[in-house]
Amino acid sequence: MQQEVTLALIILLMLVADLFVKESNSKILRVLAYVLLVVQIAVNIVPAETSAFEGMYHSTQMASVVKTILSLGTLLVFMQADKWLGREDTSFKTGEFYILTLSTLLGMFFMVSAGHFLLFYIGLELASIPMACLVAFDKFRHHSAEAGVKYILNAMFSSGIMLYGISMVYGTCGTLYFADAAAALTGTPLQVLAMVFFFAGLGFKISLVPFHMWTPDTYQGAPTTVTAYLSVISKGAAAFALMSILMKVFGIMVEDWTLLLGIVIVLTITVGNLFAILQKDLKRFMAYSSISQAGYIMLAVMADSGQGVASLVYYVVIYIVANLAVFGVISSIEQHSGGKVERDDYNGLYKTNPRLTFVMTLALFSLAGIPPFAGFFSKFFVFASAFHTGFALEQTGYWVVVFIALVNTIISLYYYLLIVKAMYITPNDNPIPTFKSGVMERAGLSICLAGVVFIGLLSCVYQYLTDTALLSWVS
Amino acid sequence: MEYTILILLLPLLSFLVLGLAGMRMKHKLAGGIGTFSLAVVALLSYLTAYNYFSLDRTAEGVYPTLQPWNFEWLPFTESLHIDMGILLDPISVMMLVVISTVSLMVHIYSFGYMKGERGFQRYYAFLSLFSFSMLGLVLATNIFQMYVFWELVGVSSYLLIGFYYTKPEAIAASKKAFIVTRFADLGFLIGILLYGYYMGTFTFTPEETNLMGAGMILPWALGLMFIGGAGKSAMFPLHIWLPDAMEGPTPVSALIHAATMVVAGVYLVARMFPLFIAYAPETLHIVAYVGAFTAFYAAAVACVQSDIKRVLAFSTISQIGFMMVALGVCTSADPHHGGLGYMSSMFHLFTHAMFKALLFLGAGCIIHAVHSNEMSAMGGLRKYMPITHITFLIACLAIAGIPPFSGFFSKDEILTACFQFSPVMGWVMTVIAGMTAFYMFRLYYGIFWGKENKELHAAHTPHESPLSMTFPLMVLAAITVVGGFIPFGEFVSSDGQSYPIHLDKTVAITSVIVAVVAIALATFMYAKEKQPVADTLQHTFPKLWRAAYKRFYLDEIWLFITKKIIFRCISTPVAWFDRHVVDQFLNFMAWSTNAAGEELQPVQSGKIQSYVMWFFGGVVVLTILLLILL
Repeated sequence: MQQEVTLALIILLMLVADLFVKESNSKILRVLAYVLLVVQIAVNIVPAETSAFEGMYHSTQMASVVKTILSLGTLLVFMQADKWLGREDTSFKTGEFYILTLSTLLGMFFMVSAGHFLLFYIGLELASIPMACLVAFDKFRHHSAEAGVKYILNAMFSSGIMLYGISMVYGTCGTLYFADAAAALTGTPLQVLAMVFFFAGLGFKISLVPFHMWTPDTYQGAPTTVTAYLSVISKGAAAFALMSILMKVFGIMVEDWTLLLGIVIVLTITVGNLFAILQKDLKRFMAYSSISQAGYIMLAVMADSGQGVASLVYYVVIYIVANLAVFGVISSIEQHSGGKVERDDYNGLYKTNPRLTFVMTLALFSLAGIPPFAGFFSKFFVFASAFHTGFALEQTGYWVVVFIALVNTIISLYYYLLIVKAMYITPNDNPIPTFKSGVMERAGLSICLAGVVFIGLLSCVYQYLTDTALLSWVS
Repeated sequence: MEYTILILLLPLLSFLVLGLAGMRMKHKLAGGIGTFSLAVVALLSYLTAYNYFSLDRTAEGVYPTLQPWNFEWLPFTESLHIDMGILLDPISVMMLVVISTVSLMVHIYSFGYMKGERGFQRYYAFLSLFSFSMLGLVLATNIFQMYVFWELVGVSSYLLIGFYYTKPEAIAASKKAFIVTRFADLGFLIGILLYGYYMGTFTFTPEETNLMGAGMILPWALGLMFIGGAGKSAMFPLHIWLPDAMEGPTPVSALIHAATMVVAGVYLVARMFPLFIAYAPETLHIVAYVGAFTAFYAAAVACVQSDIKRVLAFSTISQIGFMMVALGVCTSADPHHGGLGYMSSMFHLFTHAMFKALLFLGAGCIIHAVHSNEMSAMGGLRKYMPITHITFLIACLAIAGIPPFSGFFSKDEILTACFQFSPVMGWVMTVIAGMTAFYMFRLYYGIFWGKENKELHAAHTPHESPLSMTFPLMVLAAITVVGGFIPFGEFVSSDGQSYPIHLDKTVAITSVIVAVVAIALATFMYAKEKQPVADTLQHTFPKLWRAAYKRFYLDEIWLFITKKIIFRCISTPVAWFDRHVVDQFLNFMAWSTNAAGEELQPVQSGKIQSYVMWFFGGVVVLTILLLILL
């Protein structure tokens, strides 16, 4: 419970600080946000298992680790937002940005550590509604406002479906506690329907096909920093929540939801890739890329094992650093070049900004899963865990899905390399001029880069996650 | 002995500092950082050696094997995991001393040799990288760690050979060295994987049951590993890269291509020796035959080369052949009965590293003085360069096996071991030892006596090198003079127990006589201004001379195999298939993917109503599918 309490305190502190700090001094708020978030991470660094409200809240050690990872990712997002928030047209809303972002983070904390559907649902809404405000943060920009509307309408719809699903669970089981519901579920058709409804609600957050339609529009319209946050933190939290609930509550229907996942994974990865190839706008491109990445994350869910949990969290960690590195570069360039986000704008970037190009290249390599970068290892473990389960259950379906995912990595390599090619090879007479990014931007990118290069090589990271996962999931 | 980790960390740190920030530093500072870190490493190595050999022997009378550091890097199963750590046993400690001494001397020497050279900082960065990799190789706790550092050593060797990257020969040589050794490493890797699979571990001491169960696999795995060793140690027919590697700066040749990296193969066989001797004695004997042939072949080629660094390169190949032979003729692990070769091989590795580094550094001084590698530019240099002359002579006497210099003692033990194995092997190696004495003194007379190139020397008077270059020569010469009296068998022997070295009188006397005769012959042929005998011989057997000068056309044979046979008969058809079948298939895939993307595009209309329709339709269809399928 400590993590939620400290985070709530931080939100309140920021709220009060926002009242007293003058608009011209918004830098103080930014510093305060960094300090408080670092404190939040530091005091909660030791994972602990806690339970409260008679089991409505139940946080495993793994959930605690996940929350720390999400906080770290949020810190990186804040670092990238530094320049954007310092702009004249945004600086007066600095306080709001932090309060809204941290509120969604708090919502995700509840999502990953709920022990009851109601608390879970409250967490989900807490994570969704402020998110819509964030998406529409540049409210005078037409695209941003449109994206906000699309997001909130879709979120409402998916919440409705999910709530419907939850009500069916209640109707057939008579309880909303995860543990009790798990015992009462038997796998009747109505319950299968409930499971699919529930799945769709979270599938919206993770942007799985066919619940993904809002993603490109929202990603493109939202401020780049918010897009970054949406694509890694929000997605990571939802993926972990989905996995833990599917395993804990719907365990009896494991055959149903692994088949469901199999179909959805194949659709998600393939559709994401097919659309990504054609995109010219980098933010829209990253939206499709993140859709297909979500498919890979779901492979770990399909594994339905402790190893699967570990590889899911591992994938999320690496996805956070790699994707944030890409978005960090996009955001830096957007801020310093007056809003350029087209792929063609990046032609010849290597000549003028070699360091940013280097970071971007390594991050894209990682996303594509090229060894020895971290992304290779995360993909490897995800594939291995799904394969392993398929092997144990002697079900060829798993292998088919893994195979299709593997083929898709090759397609994804193509479109990731398109950007690398644009930056290094495509000639351009007037590329984006050389600029010097701010301290915080550079620090954030350096951390991401270090993560991309080293996390995969440090075997202790995966080992630690496996140990924690086995501790939390003795099944 | 936890401090041993510093032996690895310091050169690595120095590499990182010099590699990242070196270009902004002054030459002196960059060189100073590299040399200082190596000096500390050398001191630590001596300290380690002292501490290690002061330890009490265990109940079996052997020095304990220590692992002050071991970190599990990649676990596969309970027993099969890749570790990174530090292993201390007699041979690794001995290698520590050798590597750090030679490396330190080369670092000091390079101050003078590379002075004012472009890329001075880069040079020191690479030297540090090499020292790190080589030390990591010998300290490896398992075969896989060894392999990792083995490749790193190859990379740093590649970088240093190609140091003068504007020279096409240097580029070609660096590529050749890398490709040939990588080709051999393929065998090494397969050997390691076989070993790991059947032994269930990568450590050097597998379980007894696995060893028994492996049957014929183990000799094969060890043989494949030896192929890797043969590549690095330039055994025939994989030796072709070493003479070309002389394109690198001379101190590099001294460090990498004479004293340390090229003996990695010998070290590898010595490391696996307990397994070789117990489970694959036949493979070990193959090592001996390969070594003997290489020793002979290289000695023959060395007799006619005119480039002084090439002579030294072939002499290195030949001497490594000696070490391999010594290991290969072992028939049991008992140093008194058939295990003598192990000790003598390690002993020779030690003494050879010192005197060969000395020879190369001396050659560096000479090249520095006359600006040429060819013997025709030299002659009569003894008056101009007294220190170089004396130290070079000491080294020549050592390699020729004249007492009391160090080479005599180690070579004598090798010959004794060969005679124990079979008289034929003993005599063959004695003859090769004689050839060694001959070509070394041919070289010596050609440089310091013989016909002086007066024109060249008048235009540019050769001069003695600065102290930074002569000091390492003197140190190494001193070691060469006294090195033979080290009671080496006390520290290193095939079964680990103390073994007092005793000279076999008949072998010693024979080998000294052969060496003296060979030196006398060389004196007769090459010491004078006019060299009628040598010229007559050359003209009497022009074909043989030419073949030997061209290294028996081995490079041409390799080129024929790769270019004509592999490229034309295999690569060309494969390339055709690749271009017309594989590429077209992939093009089709790409086209269809793109087309599908285009077709699907309208679905993403931007209308929320349609999004929601897809969402809800998806839910319904998925549910129905689940209910039907399950």
